[in-house]
Amino acid sequence: MIKWIQQFFKTFLLIELLKGMAVTGRHLFLKKLTIQYPEQHTPLSPRFRGLHAQRRYPNGEERCIACKLCEAACPAMAIHIESEQRADGTRRTTRYDIDLTKCIFCGYCEEACPVDAIVETHIFAYHGEKRGDLYYTKEMLLAVGDQYEAEIAAARAADAPYR
Amino acid sequence: MEFTSVVFYLLSAILLLAGLRVVTARHPVHAALFLVLAFFTAAGLWVLLEAEFLAITLVLVYVGAVMVLFLFVVMMLDINAETMRANFREYLPLAGLISGLIAVESYIVLGGQNFGLAAPVAKAADYSNTKALGRVLYTEYAYAFELAAVILLVAIVAAIALTHRRRPGNKWRDPATQVVVRKEDRLRLVNLKPTRPDTPVEDEA
Amino acid sequence: MDQIQTLLGPAWLPIWTLVKIMAIVLPLLIGVAYLTYAERKIIGYMQVRIGPNRVGPKGWLQPIADALKLMFKEIIIPSGSNKNIFLLAPVLALAPALAAWAVIPFNDTMVLADLDASLLYVMAITSMGVYGVILAGWASNSKYAFLGAMRSAAQIVSYEIAMGFALVGVLMAAQSLNLGDIVRAQAGGFWHWYFLPLFPMFMVYLIAILAETNRSPFDVAEGESEIVAGFHVDYSGMAFAVFFLAEYANMILVSLMTALMFLGGWLSPVPFLPDSLFWLLGKTSFILFLFLWFRATFPRYRYDQIMRLGWKVLIPVSLIWLLVEGAMMQTSLGRFFH
Repeated sequence: MIKWIQQFFKTFLLIELLKGMAVTGRHLFLKKLTIQYPEQHTPLSPRFRGLHAQRRYPNGEERCIACKLCEAACPAMAIHIESEQRADGTRRTTRYDIDLTKCIFCGYCEEACPVDAIVETHIFAYHGEKRGDLYYTKEMLLAVGDQYEAEIAAARAADAPYR
Repeated sequence: MEFTSVVFYLLSAILLLAGLRVVTARHPVHAALFLVLAFFTAAGLWVLLEAEFLAITLVLVYVGAVMVLFLFVVMMLDINAETMRANFREYLPLAGLISGLIAVESYIVLGGQNFGLAAPVAKAADYSNTKALGRVLYTEYAYAFELAAVILLVAIVAAIALTHRRRPGNKWRDPATQVVVRKEDRLRLVNLKPTRPDTPVEDEA
Repeated sequence: MDQIQTLLGPAWLPIWTLVKIMAIVLPLLIGVAYLTYAERKIIGYMQVRIGPNRVGPKGWLQPIADALKLMFKEIIIPSGSNKNIFLLAPVLALAPALAAWAVIPFNDTMVLADLDASLLYVMAITSMGVYGVILAGWASNSKYAFLGAMRSAAQIVSYEIAMGFALVGVLMAAQSLNLGDIVRAQAGGFWHWYFLPLFPMFMVYLIAILAETNRSPFDVAEGESEIVAGFHVDYSGMAFAVFFLAEYANMILVSLMTALMFLGGWLSPVPFLPDSLFWLLGKTSFILFLFLWFRATFPRYRYDQIMRLGWKVLIPVSLIWLLVEGAMMQTSLGRFFH
C-alpha cells in the first residue's frame, strides 16, 4: 500500500521525467565534442586501413613477387593478378588490379603479403568521377606507393613493436 | 445589394453545390469531403445570423471530430460504388418523398409567423450570445439539458458495452503494473569470487 | 497615414487588413524557419554536438538554404494516388495553422479580429488541421502513409478532448472565451497567472499540445524508425515543405496559446517592469524551448500507451481538477483566480 502511494506520487509529480530532463539540460552546457572535419582531423592509428598502395624497395625495384597470397586471402575477391617471368628470371606481375568498389578494407591482403608489397595507407578521402575510376591498376597502385612512401614506412615502423 | 447579402448568396451557392456533390460524388471519400465543405459553409451562414458560438461549435464538433471519424470509416471500408448504385431507381420515389417532407417542414418552421414568433432583430454590439446561451441552458432548460446529457452518456456506455470484448490469448499487459516494477523486485546482485585453477592449463595449440 | 486613407477611400479597409495580415504571417514564417534552426542547434547541443554551422556565420543562413533547396526540388506525385487530394492535403494542413492567428492578441490592443469567442475559434480551426494529415495519408496510396495518417488522426482527436478540458478550466477561471479578456483576468503579477492555481491543467495542456502537434515523444505518426515518415512519406519538394511549415506554425501557435492562457500573455511578472509584446514572445520561446528539450530527452511512446495516457490519465485528471476548481471558486479560495 505504501509502495503504491509512493508510486502514485512519483508518477504524478513526473519526478522521473524531470530527472531525465536534468540530464539533457546538463549536457546542453557541456563542452562539445564535434570535430570540424575538413579543418580538424581525428588522429589515425598506424594500423588504419585506407586506400591501397604498392611499395618499392629503396633501389626502385617493385616488391611484389606475384605469389598471389593476397588474391587468395581476399574475402571480397577484389584482387586480380596475372604474372609471368621477367627477362632477369624473376617472377613479376603483369597485372595487379584491385576493384575498390568490391574491397571491404579488411587488411587481409596486407597481412598475407610476405614482402610487404601491398599495403593500406592513411588516405581515406579519394573519389572517382566516372565508372571504373575506382578500379585501381598496378600503375595506379605503384604511383600511390611512390607518392606516400615516407608516410607508409613511418606507419609500419610505428606499428612494428606490436607485431 | 449589401455586402452581407453578397456573402449570403455566395455561401448558399457553395452550400447547395456541396450538398449536391455529397449525393452525386462517385467516390465515398469525395462525398465525405463535400459533406465537410457543406458543414463549414453552413457554419459561415450561422455567423451571418450572428450565432457565432453555434457556428464555431458546429465546426469544432462536426468538422473537427465527427467527420474525421466518418472519413476514418469510409477510408477503411472498401466500398464498391457500383453495388451502392444498383438500386438507385428503386429507392428514388421513397427518397423523393422524404426530401419533399423535409422541404415542407423546413418551410413551416422557417416561416416563424406560423408559431407567432416576431422577426429577429439585430442585437447590440456588446451582446454575447455565448453568455446568453449558457444562461438559458443552465437555468430555463436545465432539466432538458441534463436529460440530453444523460442520454448521451447512456449511449456512450452502451456502445462500449456492446462492442467491448475480452479476447482470449491476448498478450496485453497493464502498463501500470509494468512501470511500478523496481530494480530490487527482479534483480539479485551476486558477488562471485574469481577462482583460478591451481596449475595453469597449457594451451592446446 | 490619414492622407493615404483618404486617397484610397473605400479600398482602405481591405488594404489595411491585408497589411496587418502580412505583419502577422511574415514574422511567423521567419519564426518557423528559425525554429527549425533552433531545434537543430539546441538538440545538437544537448547531444554534445554543435549542429549546423556551415551556411553563413554560425549557420544562420541554414534555414534559408533549406528553404531554397525544397523550393527547387520536384514534387513527385505517386502513381495510383489521387492527384487533386494529394495536392490539396498540404494546403489543408497549412491553412488552419495560419487562420488561427487571426484572433491571437499580441498585447492589449494589437489583435487582428477581436472575436467574442476567440478561444473557441482557435480550437475549432486547429481541429481542422487533422484533415490535411488524413487526406495526405489516404491520397498517397501507400501503406506507410495510411498507417501514419490513421495514427495521427486518432491521436489528435483523442488529445483534443484532454486539451479542451484544460481550456475549460481556464475559461471558468477567466469567465470569458475571449483571449484578450483571459489575459487581462490574470493581471496583477506572477502570482495571478493561471498556471499556479490550475497547475494540473497546465501539465495536462502541455502534454496534450505535444500530442496535438505530433511532436516527440508522441510522434508515432511520423515514427521514422517504424513507418518511415508516416503521412508525408510520399511528399517531396515544396509539398513536403508546406507540411513542415504547418507543423512548426502549429507548434508556435500552441506555445503562444499556452503563454496567453497560463502564463499571463503580455503581462509583466513584476510590477516595476511594463507589460509588452516582448514578454509574450519570451514566454512563447520558453514553451518552444520545452518542446525541443522534451524531444531531446524522451524516447517515443508506444502507440497503445499514448492512447492510454490520453484517455485514462489526462482526461480524468483534468475532469477532477475541474471539480476542484469549481469548488474553489464557490468558496473563499476563489480569490486565487482574481
